[in-house]
Amino acid sequence: MRLKKIYSYTDHPEVEYAVSGHRACQGCAEILGLRLALKVFGKDTIMTMATGCMEIISTPFPLTDWTIPWIHVAFENAAAVASGVESALKILMEKGKIPKKDIHVIASAGDGGTSDIGLQALSGALERGHKFTYICVDNEAYMNTGIQRSSATPFGAMTTTSPPGKKSMGQATWKKNMPKIAAAHNIPYVATACPSYPFDLMEKAKKAKNTNGPSYLHILSVCPTGWRIPTEAAIEYGRLAVRSGAFPLYEVENGKYRITQKTDRLIPISEYLKGQGRFRHLTDDIIENIQTRISAEWEELKFLSGIK
Amino acid sequence: MTMKKGIEVSIAIADAAKLARVEVIAAYPITPQTHIVEHLSEIVANGELEAKYINVESEHSAMSACCGASATGARTFTSTSAQGLELMHEILFIASGMRFPIVMATVNRALSSPLSIWGDQSDVMAARDSGWIMLFCENGQEAVDSTIMAFKIAEDRRVLLPVMINLDGFSLSHVIEPILLPPQEDVDAFLPSYNPVYTLHPDKPVTMGAYGMPEIYTEAKFAQETALRNSKVVIDEVLEDFGKKFGRSYKAVEKYNNDKTEFAFIGLGSICENIKTSIDYLKDEGKEAGLVQLRLFRPFPKDDFLKAIEGKKRLAIIERAMPGGATYGPLFNEIAALAHTHGLDIALENYICGLGGRDVQPEEFMDVFTSPQSGKNITVLGVRE
Ligand SMILES: Cc1ncc(C[n+]2csc(CCOP(=O)(O)OP(=O)(O)O)c2C)c(N)n1
Ligand code: SF4
Ligand SMILES: [Mg+2]
Repeated sequence: MRLKKIYSYTDHPEVEYAVSGHRACQGCAEILGLRLALKVFGKDTIMTMATGCMEIISTPFPLTDWTIPWIHVAFENAAAVASGVESALKILMEKGKIPKKDIHVIASAGDGGTSDIGLQALSGALERGHKFTYICVDNEAYMNTGIQRSSATPFGAMTTTSPPGKKSMGQATWKKNMPKIAAAHNIPYVATACPSYPFDLMEKAKKAKNTNGPSYLHILSVCPTGWRIPTEAAIEYGRLAVRSGAFPLYEVENGKYRITQKTDRLIPISEYLKGQGRFRHLTDDIIENIQTRISAEWEELKFLSGIK
Repeated sequence: MTMKKGIEVSIAIADAAKLARVEVIAAYPITPQTHIVEHLSEIVANGELEAKYINVESEHSAMSACCGASATGARTFTSTSAQGLELMHEILFIASGMRFPIVMATVNRALSSPLSIWGDQSDVMAARDSGWIMLFCENGQEAVDSTIMAFKIAEDRRVLLPVMINLDGFSLSHVIEPILLPPQEDVDAFLPSYNPVYTLHPDKPVTMGAYGMPEIYTEAKFAQETALRNSKVVIDEVLEDFGKKFGRSYKAVEKYNNDKTEFAFIGLGSICENIKTSIDYLKDEGKEAGLVQLRLFRPFPKDDFLKAIEGKKRLAIIERAMPGGATYGPLFNEIAALAHTHGLDIALENYICGLGGRDVQPEEFMDVFTSPQSGKNITVLGVRE
C-alpha cells in the first residue's frame, strides 16, 4: 500500500527554506532531509533546533542558512523550547497581540539530541500534546563531536567510542527504536522517512504538518563522513537501508501501523553493510546475527501493519 | 483604598505575577517554591489570567520553554529552588546570553547532599555569575513589589536581561505577612505590556542563537556584560519610579542604623531581619552596630556599597552558603576585592551561618559584634566540630 501521491518530480515546491551555502559535508543527507521537509512545511514555520551538525553547519554568526524563523538554545531541549514557542504563539494570538495565523512549529535534533540526551524533553512535549512536529535527523551517531556512538547507532558499527578491538566488535547494543517510543505516547502521527525517497518524505511531512497535535518524523540521514562511504553513495545507501529492512519506511497514524515501502521481499543485510567503513570489521557470523534480528523486526512490523 | 491583608508570601508572589499579566509560565514543583507555581496554576485554571501554563517535565525544560516563549514575544515567568535551579543551570547562561527578559522567583534552599529542603543561599550562589540581574528580598511586601518591578527592569530596551528574585525558603516563602497587593490599574500604568524588539515570527524571520566564532564571541560577551553593568541605572530608575507611584521606596543597597557606626554587618535576604533585631538589642546595651544589606547583588552595586561602608573600621560579612574550597564566601570575596582596589583600611570577617535551615538567633550576631573572629579564615557560626 502506498501513500497518496502528492509530490512528484514534476510537481513539488521549488522554494527553499534551507538555502545553499551551508557548511555540511558533501553528500550530507541530514541537511537534505530537512531541506525537503521544509519545502512542505513552508514559510509559516518556526523551527527550534538542538545543538549538532545541522546547527553548526547552518549558523556561524552572522550567517544563517534558514529563511524561516529559527532558534537554537541547547543540545537536549529542542522539544522544550518548541513547547514555549507554541504556547507563546497561542496566548499572543488569543490576546490579539499578534494576528491569528496558522504557524507551524518544528523542533529538530539529531539521533543523540533525540534518543539520548533529549529524550526526556521530547517525551514531555509529546505527552503534553503541543501542536508541533518533531523531526529527528538520524545519522546514527554523534557526528558533530566526531562520530561517537549514540543509542541509535546500529549493532556492530564502529564509532570513536564503540571501536572494534580485541575485546570488542564495535557497537554492542541494538539500535534504540525511537519511532516506536514516540508512537507509545499515543500521538496522532509518527513516520519514518529517508531522503533517498524524497516524495515519500515530503508526503509524510505534509501529514505531520496537518496533524492536530504532536507529530514525529524520524528521518534516516546518511552521513558519508561518519559512515565512511563515498560522498556520491549517500542516496544509494539510504535506499539499501530501506530495502534491506535496516531502516523500514512506515507510518503510525492514530495508532495504526502502515508500511510505506514494498513489502514482498527484503534484500540481504550484507548488501547494505558492505562498502561502509563503519562495518568493515564485521565477521560473517556477526552479519548473520544482524540479519536474524533485522528479519525478526521486519516480521514484527508487518504483523503490526496487518500484513501476513 | 486597598488594604494590607495577611497572606502567605508565596501566594502573594503568584498574585504579583498575575498583576504583571504574565503570558507564559513554565514551571516544575520543588519545595519550598511549590506554593508559587500551584497558585499560579490555579489562577490560570480559573481563567483569572490570560496565560499558558506549561507543566514541563523538569526544570531544565522549564527554563528552555521560558526561552522559547520569551523569544516568541511573551512575558514569561517561572520559579524554582535548589536542585531545580542547578538542573536549569546550563540554560540560565543561555537565557541571559540570548537576552531574554524572563523573570524567575528563586526560593532559596540548601543544595544536596545531604538532601535538605530547608533554606540557605547555596543554590543562588552557585548560579551567581550566570548573567542574571539578581535581587534579594527581605520580606513579603518586597517580594511582591520586586516581582512587578523585575519585569519593568528586564524588559527595558537598555537592559533586556533576565531577572532573578531571591527569597529565603520557608523563613520568607512560607510565612504569612501583612501584604498590600496593588490595584491592577496601578500595575498596568506602571508596567505596560511587553513590546519586544525581535521575535520568532514568519513575517520577519530571524535566526536566534547562532554560534560565535573566536572573532565574535568576546564582543558578544562584552556587549552582554556591558548591558548587565549598565542595567544599574535602569534598576535605580525603576526603584525610584515605583516609590513615586506606589509609595514604597527601595534602594539597591539598604542601610540600618548605619550612619555613624564603625562596624557593620553585611547581609543578603531575610536574615537581615534577624540582624536588625540583634542591632536593636545591642543598642539597648549601648553598643552601636550597623547593617548594610544588598537588595541588588548582580550587577554588584559597587558605588552604592562603597558609600554605605564609608568610614567603617570593621565589617562582618554574613553568608548562607559554604564557599566550596574558595578562600572565603562569595560575598566576602566580592567585598575584599573592592576594599583592596579602593585602598580601604578595614577589617573584614567572614561568618557562614543558617545552612540548611539552621536557625540563627540574635545572640549569635550579638556575639559576632562583641567577640570578633579572625578574618584570616572563615568562621562557621554554631557548628559542632
Ligand atoms: C549538554 C551537552 N552535552 C554535550 C554536548 C556536546 N555535543 C554537541 S553536539 C553533540 C552530538 C550531536 O549528535 P546528534 O544529536 O546525533 O546530532 P549530529 O551532530 O549527529 O547531527 C554533542 C555530544 C553539548 N553541546 N551539550
Ligand atoms: S558529519 Fe555527517 S551529518 Fe554532519 S554535516 Fe557531515 S555528512 Fe552531514
Ligand atoms: Mg547524529
